[in-house]
Amino acid sequence: MIDRLDQIFVLLKHWLVGYLPESWQVPVGVIISVACIVGLYPGLFALTTVLERKGVGRIQNRIGPNRVGPYGIFQPVADGIKSLTKEDIVPTRADGVVHFLAPVILVVTVFMGFAVLPMGRNMVLVDMDAGLLFYFAMGASTELSVFMAGWSSRNKYSLLGAMRAVAQMISYEVALLLSSVAIVMITGSLSLVKIVDAQNHYSYGLPHWFIFTPWGLAAFLMYAIAGTAETNRSPFDLPEGESELVAGYHTEYSGFKFALFFLGEYVAMFSISGLGTTLFLGGWTAPLAALQWIPSWIWFFGKLLVSMCVFIWLRGTLPRLRQDQLMNFAWKFVLPMSLLNLFVAALWRFMGEGLLRWVVCSALLLLAYVVMGRAEMHRKHYGPRSYRYAE
Amino acid sequence: MLGEGILKGLAETAKNFAGSFVSKERLTTVEYPEERTPLPEAARNFPFLVYDGEDWEKGMRCVACQICEKECPPKCIYIEKSKDKKPDYVGKLQIYPAKFDIDISVCMSCQICVEVCPFEAIKMNTEFELATDDRFGGLLLDRKQLAHSNEYYHQLHPTEAADVDARLAEEKAKVEAKAKAAAEAAAAKAAAGPAASATPAKPAAPVAAATKPNEGEPKA
Amino acid sequence: MSAAGTKTELVNAAKPEGWNRPPVIAPDEIEGEVLEVAMGPHHPSTHGVFRMDVGLDGERVIKLKPVFGYLHRNHEQLAQTQTYLASMPYTDRLDYFCSLSNNWAYALAVEKLAGQEVPERAEYLRVILAELTRIQNHASTIGFLLQEMGASGTPLMYAFREREKILDLFESLTGSRMMCNYMRFGGCRVDASEAWLAATRKVVAGLPAFADEFERFLMSNEILMARCQGVGVLKPDLAINAGISGPMLRGSGVNYDIRKVDHYGVYDRFKFRVPLGDHGDIYDRYMVRTLEIRESISILEQALRELPGGPVMDPKAKIRNFRPKAGEAYGRIEAPKGELGFYLISDGGPNPYRYRVRPPSLINLTVLEDMCLGANVADVVLIFGSVDIVLGEVDR
Repeated sequence: MIDRLDQIFVLLKHWLVGYLPESWQVPVGVIISVACIVGLYPGLFALTTVLERKGVGRIQNRIGPNRVGPYGIFQPVADGIKSLTKEDIVPTRADGVVHFLAPVILVVTVFMGFAVLPMGRNMVLVDMDAGLLFYFAMGASTELSVFMAGWSSRNKYSLLGAMRAVAQMISYEVALLLSSVAIVMITGSLSLVKIVDAQNHYSYGLPHWFIFTPWGLAAFLMYAIAGTAETNRSPFDLPEGESELVAGYHTEYSGFKFALFFLGEYVAMFSISGLGTTLFLGGWTAPLAALQWIPSWIWFFGKLLVSMCVFIWLRGTLPRLRQDQLMNFAWKFVLPMSLLNLFVAALWRFMGEGLLRWVVCSALLLLAYVVMGRAEMHRKHYGPRSYRYAE
Repeated sequence: MLGEGILKGLAETAKNFAGSFVSKERLTTVEYPEERTPLPEAARNFPFLVYDGEDWEKGMRCVACQICEKECPPKCIYIEKSKDKKPDYVGKLQIYPAKFDIDISVCMSCQICVEVCPFEAIKMNTEFELATDDRFGGLLLDRKQLAHSNEYYHQLHPTEAADVDARLAEEKAKVEAKAKAAAEAAAAKAAAGPAASATPAKPAAPVAAATKPNEGEPKA
Repeated sequence: MSAAGTKTELVNAAKPEGWNRPPVIAPDEIEGEVLEVAMGPHHPSTHGVFRMDVGLDGERVIKLKPVFGYLHRNHEQLAQTQTYLASMPYTDRLDYFCSLSNNWAYALAVEKLAGQEVPERAEYLRVILAELTRIQNHASTIGFLLQEMGASGTPLMYAFREREKILDLFESLTGSRMMCNYMRFGGCRVDASEAWLAATRKVVAGLPAFADEFERFLMSNEILMARCQGVGVLKPDLAINAGISGPMLRGSGVNYDIRKVDHYGVYDRFKFRVPLGDHGDIYDRYMVRTLEIRESISILEQALRELPGGPVMDPKAKIRNFRPKAGEAYGRIEAPKGELGFYLISDGGPNPYRYRVRPPSLINLTVLEDMCLGANVADVVLIFGSVDIVLGEVDR
């Protein structure tokens, strides 16, 4: 019974395609799965926009939207209608084809990344041996669309914004990759299904998620920072900052194309959270051995929603970093830390089981963090100050 | 340690987030227009004219002295005096305003007209939902729209209204006492005999309610 | 304004001796073209309708010209055509955040001109209201700084939550939240009731916790430190030469607070300290403001404790037909933004002959270019925010 609930979507799909002749079954099955993904994630996106506005509102001691539907649930419907009915303005000097294709490419590449994410037991669309590689290839392609948007607008401010965005995304792509390489080293495979399987063991009721190891925790933190920067979220949202001079690469977009950019950003957030969950938080595995009776897809989407909440929390709290500080941070802090992390992961593997490897790896990482942190702040003479008073 | 301040900031926002569900102190939103916060007594928005009794024309306290028109900083009051007179609250015949218009798109709610009025005739209203789509006259309030009863004034500013009523009653009592004294003196003089005085007794001049402009208005 | 691509001529008119202006980068040293950008008047972070013509070399600012006047409402001329009392509500609208301070400065100037005495209770009430105004102004300014830095309004909402409490106090005393029109020549318009004083004590009791919250935000947030420390430095001698006043001056380390210098009102009866900064950058100015909030809380507590009884208005003061003797007077106070002064010349009539406002925001803006040269575009917004201007004052 529990097993059937866990596999309910798989069983549904098999039952549906069972009505078709043999040669049609696989293609139609794939189409059904794709349709599910393409239908589900925009729905989640709609839910997340409401959650974000209400969450940030509550952080700021106010209620978010609450007029459209109970607790404002239908707000995205209103927003969608608004963006559909807006006039689609394309500047005359803009390159029309590229201008049109940019949001399309963004949405397509972002959705492609979901093909290799295992969303439950036996629920991965394509079980590739090089799944992680495919995912990062698609993720890097989103940067192309950002640049296309900025370039085609023929607007020096958009171009500036696009260049900043691309520079930021490329810098943090390296950090993202290096933190995942640690996982690949330990599991020995690029396949996401195998990575989840490697975390599907329990000892004393606690799971073997990679986040519960010192190098895994460090890698997860760096992955989280890099992921926030990849999707241009606060505190790294200078390219689309509203109170800055340049209004960003999507200045010249209005109406539905702008909504597509927005959709692309949020679905990219889901995608990065999904990968982070798979790599570090055990994918669809339960956090306690005793809770394995809850279906696996519930765990996956639950973890996804928790990551969304953390993104929203960060956005509501932190101010923005300036562009040069952002890049500084990526190249001079995150990159060396991730390289060190690779070394620590290797050390972990070769030291064998026992308490010693915990102590050594944690100490190494903590030491490096504190030393580099101090160096960063001291170089620029940043730090709390004391003030004198006159009577 | 790097990142400590960021974590403290995150803790602060989490506290606010959780608190907004629990305490009224954190979630201070008032969902207008379903809920409204009550206005304090001293709140002021635009002026209105006070009238005593039931009939707004007969009971209006304003005597068209035009002091408020002169003192108004943006000059938003337009007064036209009447040709005839009507009795005021002590019985003396006074002119009244035939037209008393306030342009509330000009009025800046400074309350100087209230301060300088010697007759307690103009006071501050608190109504603010006055939006209209009539751009040519919707914001020019005339005498009828501005007139509100003394009971309305009591509802809005109870302490102030009570003080004003006490003062006016005092004035009226003084005037009546004087009139009575003068009438008695006249009667006494008349009874003493026509030969005693050639000049007829002067009719008592009721003291107009010329109270000095209030330095210390009632406690807010 | 020259078109981008042509040589821009930066002409420094002959400045008097001792004017230590930092060297401006000459145009022929630049490789690329100068990008001329107008920030404003429609801009989410200029505090009102204000325009800055910025010349950029890549990301660095090489030229900055402030353009204002979009909110000029002819305040001084108006005041010369109407009576002294009629100008009082207009002074509310100068620095519309701090209307009670503006009222006090004007009342001070007129009282000097006419030689009026103010009763003690009125002086204490004035101090209480001015310090409440200072707290809510500094809190809003810091909130706006963080909002411009991209913290999506969270600290701003916290600051406004406290400000609402103070504005409610103003409303129950004066009748209006922001345009208070409360001070009169010779005292205050109405007396404060016991209920109001009790409410004020309650609000003041809750303020130290809020000041702690704000200090925590500023003192330890690394992102804030990285963006504010070392940015927009104002040297003390330039500040003194340019006539800067208020937290900007004290952030650069100059000990000049008009409450201590002039001893106006009853300020010399209260013990309070004046915080000073050492570096003159944005961070120092904001910290000075945060520490000033604490000092204001301490003044408030003392004033509420020692508030005497008595009248709040000079019994000899006249509301109508007020004609001060011919003469001139300059009354100034330490407004939250700086030194706010009113210069009045009377010729014996009911209207002032000459009425002049010394707006702190405008004078503080004169060094905007000096502070922004060489900074990033993203920093210009922050530096501008740290000057803490209100366009109502700049343009009058």
